[in-house]
Amino acid sequence: MSLDVRDDSAAPLEPMVNPGRVGGLLDVFRRRYLLKLLVRKELRVRYQGSLVGLAWSYVKPAVRFLMYYYIIGLILTKALENRALHIFSGMIMVAFFTNALSAGTKSVVKNKSLVRKINLPREMFPVASIMVSAYHMVPMYVIMLIGCLLTGWRPDLGALLAGGMALAIILTWGLGIALLLSALNVFFRDMQNIIDVIQTVITWTVPMIYPFVIIADKFRDTHQWVYELYLSSPLCIAVLLNNRAFWIPSLEHPRQALPEQLPAHLFTRGLAMIVLGLAFVWVSQRVFTRLEGRFAEKL
Amino acid sequence: MAEAIIVDSVTKSFTLANHKTMKKFVVNAAKRRPLSRTFTALDDISFKLEQGDSIGVMGLNGSGKSTLLKLISGVMSPDEGQVLTRGRIAGLIEVGAGFHPELSGRENIYLNGAILGMSEREIDAKFDAIVEFAEMRRFLNSEVRHYSSGMFMRLAFSVAVHTECEIFLIDEVLAVGDQPFKRKCMKRIMELKDEGRTMVFVSHSPKQVMRVCNRGLVLEQGRMTFEGTAEDAVRKLGYELADEDDDES
Repeated sequence: MSLDVRDDSAAPLEPMVNPGRVGGLLDVFRRRYLLKLLVRKELRVRYQGSLVGLAWSYVKPAVRFLMYYYIIGLILTKALENRALHIFSGMIMVAFFTNALSAGTKSVVKNKSLVRKINLPREMFPVASIMVSAYHMVPMYVIMLIGCLLTGWRPDLGALLAGGMALAIILTWGLGIALLLSALNVFFRDMQNIIDVIQTVITWTVPMIYPFVIIADKFRDTHQWVYELYLSSPLCIAVLLNNRAFWIPSLEHPRQALPEQLPAHLFTRGLAMIVLGLAFVWVSQRVFTRLEGRFAEKL
Repeated sequence: MAEAIIVDSVTKSFTLANHKTMKKFVVNAAKRRPLSRTFTALDDISFKLEQGDSIGVMGLNGSGKSTLLKLISGVMSPDEGQVLTRGRIAGLIEVGAGFHPELSGRENIYLNGAILGMSEREIDAKFDAIVEFAEMRRFLNSEVRHYSSGMFMRLAFSVAVHTECEIFLIDEVLAVGDQPFKRKCMKRIMELKDEGRTMVFVSHSPKQVMRVCNRGLVLEQGRMTFEGTAEDAVRKLGYELADEDDDES
């Protein structure tokens, strides 16, 4: 197609482009004002009309926390020092992840009126849902820090590093999963059931309710593959890193607890999970872009 | 003048899947039943618009008009051929899609403006004009779910017609609203046209098409059966001009 470029106006002509082109996550960044408004809308709307509003998103984890705290106190014979912090530092990770999983998966289908009618970067929706989930972590961190200070938390450099790495792992993996499942959910509405299964599994396959030392004692020397399988979950590594950041430094003798309560090479494992997480985001983005072309007709 | 829109041998068909869940998918695949049916919504459509042109797209329901508009806006991509456009696209297509009933009118103006591609500064600058056009300054701070459907439409319209753009798409929207507001919309559309925007106007009303458009295109079951001047397109369609009730002008 030859283009006619004879134009008498002074402004140079914009090039002709395919209006359906997709720019992926970069486009989301370019339109961050829209992203900001979508996140704000989601925060405003999610609990509107319910009696105690936003408080619901804290009532549920609070109840869960109390259940874990008391029941585990009954079951575990050897009392776990500062087990409140142990549970809570893991719960923050798990709560974000399950939240991101369910909200992220629904994000595109939930916004189908926009997806079908208006041309905007569709990655907007999973990204916004991840940001909303991340926002809900802020008060939980505040509560945890108060708990830390009350129990004599003395963070070292390793603790700060571990806390940051834990966040990086769940944010990258959460984003990757939200992108992937939100796109698949357009084609197969089974996703909701699949994530219910995943949620049940992850609650029990991370050292949150019980300490890691139980897994290590049982499997490290006898069934090494089980042990490595357990540690191959990004969420498990994130929980362990968060334990390292908040729970360990609050113990009486953190130095002695370190080799016992955490696996070897925790930081190397953490770094690997971040790198893998970034690769996963890239793959998910590719899948999303492939499927996106048919969103409008499928919804 | 240069081209603003090129639609080049565009074909679009839809696949209607026979399954909604993985189970059905597996069962159908195992029994070797067809997994889907397809139908062609647009078949080998080509035309070009120069900047400042306005084209009326006409045809019966189901002839592919809205699909064509969705391809130009980029919501859908063609199976074959290509669509090229120059400059920002906006339009009156499903206005109000981005509105949220729990947010106030003011918040919805910003949200919807951003959805349509405006920056914060742009919305700030246009805010008064949008409110003025919708005639609803009094209700700005109440939630949109308390609005009457007429108020809702006016606000949605108003945001859409204030979007900066080079290409403006209109999909059969002037059927709603009361007479004065329809008249106002038509006036605004004429303004946008006179400012040199390229327009694609889907309408069942030959009268509106003749008024707004210099060119016309007729679709019949996904095929383009005519493309030329707006007058000839209306003639080709065989609509009786006199039959139409006079709801604009």
